[in-house]
Amino acid sequence: MSETTTTQEPVAPQPKPSPGASRWEAWLPTVKDTLGAIVLALLVGALLIIFSTPRVIESLSYFFSYPWDFFRYAAIAVWDGYSALLDGSLGSPGAIVRTLERAAPLICAGLGVSLAFRAGMFNIGAQGQMLVGGILAGWIGFHFDLPVGLHLLLALLGALVGGAVWGGIAGFLKAQTGAHEVITTIMLNYVGRFLLLYFLAKESFQRPGQENLLSPPVADSASFPSILGVHTGFFVAVLAALLIWWLLERSTWGFEIRAVGANPDAARTAGMSVARVYITAMTVAGMLAGLAVAMQLLGRQDPLGDQIAGTIGFDAITVALLGRATPLGTVLAGLLFGALSSGGLAMQAAAGVPPEMSQVLQALIVLFVAAPALVRGVFRMRDTGQASTVMAKGW
Amino acid sequence: MHLEIRGLTKRFGSFTANDKIDLTIEPGEIHCLLGENGAGKSTLMNMLYGLLDPTEGEILIDEKPVAFASPGDAIAAGIGMVHQHFMLVPVFTVAENVMLGREQTRAMGVLNRPQAAERVRELSERYGLKVDPDRLVEQLPVGVQQRVEIIKALANDAEVLILDEPTAVLTPQEIDELMDIMRELKARGTSIIFITHKLREVKAVGDRITVIRRGKVVGTAAPETSEAELAEMMVGRSVKLKVDKDAAKSGDVVLEARNVTVVDPRGHLVVKDVSFEARAGEVLGIAGVQGNGQTELIKSLLGLLRPAAGEIYLDGRDISHHGPRQSLEDGIGYIPEDRSHDGFVGSFSVRENLVLDLFRHPDYSNGLALDLEAMRKNADHRIEEFDIRTESADAPVSALSGGNQQKVVVAREFSRPLKVLIASQPTRGVDVGSIEFMHKRIIAERDRGTAVIVVSTELDEIFALSDRIAVMYDGRVVGTVSPDIAREDIGLMMAGAHEPAEGGAA
Repeated sequence: MSETTTTQEPVAPQPKPSPGASRWEAWLPTVKDTLGAIVLALLVGALLIIFSTPRVIESLSYFFSYPWDFFRYAAIAVWDGYSALLDGSLGSPGAIVRTLERAAPLICAGLGVSLAFRAGMFNIGAQGQMLVGGILAGWIGFHFDLPVGLHLLLALLGALVGGAVWGGIAGFLKAQTGAHEVITTIMLNYVGRFLLLYFLAKESFQRPGQENLLSPPVADSASFPSILGVHTGFFVAVLAALLIWWLLERSTWGFEIRAVGANPDAARTAGMSVARVYITAMTVAGMLAGLAVAMQLLGRQDPLGDQIAGTIGFDAITVALLGRATPLGTVLAGLLFGALSSGGLAMQAAAGVPPEMSQVLQALIVLFVAAPALVRGVFRMRDTGQASTVMAKGW
Repeated sequence: MHLEIRGLTKRFGSFTANDKIDLTIEPGEIHCLLGENGAGKSTLMNMLYGLLDPTEGEILIDEKPVAFASPGDAIAAGIGMVHQHFMLVPVFTVAENVMLGREQTRAMGVLNRPQAAERVRELSERYGLKVDPDRLVEQLPVGVQQRVEIIKALANDAEVLILDEPTAVLTPQEIDELMDIMRELKARGTSIIFITHKLREVKAVGDRITVIRRGKVVGTAAPETSEAELAEMMVGRSVKLKVDKDAAKSGDVVLEARNVTVVDPRGHLVVKDVSFEARAGEVLGIAGVQGNGQTELIKSLLGLLRPAAGEIYLDGRDISHHGPRQSLEDGIGYIPEDRSHDGFVGSFSVRENLVLDLFRHPDYSNGLALDLEAMRKNADHRIEEFDIRTESADAPVSALSGGNQQKVVVAREFSRPLKVLIASQPTRGVDVGSIEFMHKRIIAERDRGTAVIVVSTELDEIFALSDRIAVMYDGRVVGTVSPDIAREDIGLMMAGAHEPAEGGAA
């Protein structure tokens, strides 16, 4: 008997979709889920605005005799709040600059979290990596007097090295001892914070004649120059995203990172060094967090202090999750959160909505992204049965 | 109970997994469901067990239509299922596992364990299942764990029992015992739906055989039907069940293990003082029941586990301390036993998986950047050469059927020059049509002068491929025999009995 006998069914030739189209189609459900989550968060946010506006609450006391006041005031409150949010984030050149400058560090640190994610690690340590990078970058920035250009490069290098060391330690510990990166990065956040406080208490870090824990801002020679009011650090952040995309999708190193992240056993069997990937990925992730602090120190010229990283290191985790651990997604999520953050201030100033509202919106978006089934149910999207890519892993 | 499936259809998007399936299960019959992987057997059973909603069609019990929203409904209706992967809590006793989900309590909410134990004892006696209710499940051999699953179903008063590929994890002896149990259940009126792709078992125990191919019932056969005919129904074309091969032209020793001892990461001594030689142009079969040290022995050959003692030589060079990358570069090819565990990256495309251990090679990268064009060409070439059925080279491997996933792994390993090929369970979970193909390729590799080591728990495979057979039991090679040894004798060796005198060392 041979293979080519009688009953073989003809296999219909499958039309080959072009690779580009199939890539895009594969992401379509994710994009829909994310947009749905944003809309849903805005709807819930609207309810919160309504019930936190005093005039609306008052109108409820006579709701049954004259209900129109309630609806009118509610509509006005939501309109005022959200138009202020839009206005404050995109409404004017100044607002756009603010949005971009707030987005820049989120993008950088978010890239760091995303990269670690792709290597199968949950990097909670962007905060600590930022602080340690900040110590070096700040010190180089305000302590030395160097030529323009060189000074910026050295300060930037300091930020990268500081972050890289702090991230690399966590990677090394995981590779050599199996210590879980979630634990080590959280602990390193504390160590980094108190390391910063230790240095801030030193005379060489303080402003002359002052004793509070705040350094002088970096010298102008160490700061990012501005174009159209935006410091060029923002463009460095976008370049970093491009570079990370290339590394992940086109380089042999990225091939290893993705393989180790998706299936370390198969990666090891295929001759890859899982330990080396853990160490290098965490080192570069830390570098990106270091770049984030450079945005604050060298871009906005914030003085180095306890609050230099704010909550950026933790917001970066949500940015990375919202961006599905892809560079493009991270940039978009960073921009969105930057806009929410700068618009939140305007919302308070113009409409009296508490500034925390923008934080609540961010949290709601991530919450809904984490529950795609809920979003699909609300918008009656067809459930593709496709599990959310990133969220299911690592938790 | 009379169970009937009428016109049952399940579509996932545009894909029809089950197309108007009709099936009748008479009371007290063993009805075999035969089909390749991906033919739609599991989809059908999942609908019957309330895990999936049918798109069309109906299920009738005693002529009355029923609808199952969940397995709970199916269980209440008298349908029990033993999954391929057991659903047992290892640290609980047999009785506790059986009572799980419908615990009887005494005063103050104390669990009534004695009652549960009594129930297990009663059921195991009635059906001859031989299970001690007070043993912890994790201490039981796989075959006994399976009996616990059967008892669980019986404790729910199952009248129809679905057994999903129940023999995949069993030794030849355990398979015989399972068949006795199935006959006993049948004699007491329980119907059994027996899902498998092994022809021998179907013929041994089945009353009726329904063959499914590509989501459709292609026919019903009696157990007297020949294996060749059944295979043809299953695959849709005639299949060769025997591998055509010439006598081996054994050459020099290529790979040699000398007194290899391996301790696994949990500290257990799993390979004990194993020595063997693999020669060029020859297939060395390593037979044995799952979990007798074969996995760890292979891992030590590849450098994935370091031997605690002993040496491994490749062409006379000591490679005991090499890591996996060096082993690969030395020309050792590896087809892992559990391909989804360490054979490929499921989320990676076919194109990427085809170079998973080759991407550093100058053909595919310049050391820094991947050469996507070369990867694409390679993928197109391999997909054609190995007849990998995939939508495109960019489709993730996880979307492929088991047989095609295995082809990806095999294609990758065969796309570089090999000195040694280690194939561990090369056809596990692979359909009959692909088995034929894999076996041909393995023999072709042997004839090219590669030393081939095939590890398999399936005696059919061992006999089909091997030129010499080493049998492992409890971490040791209990004997090396020639493939003309009787099936029963090798079965005994796999169970720990020593090499029969007339076996003839090879």
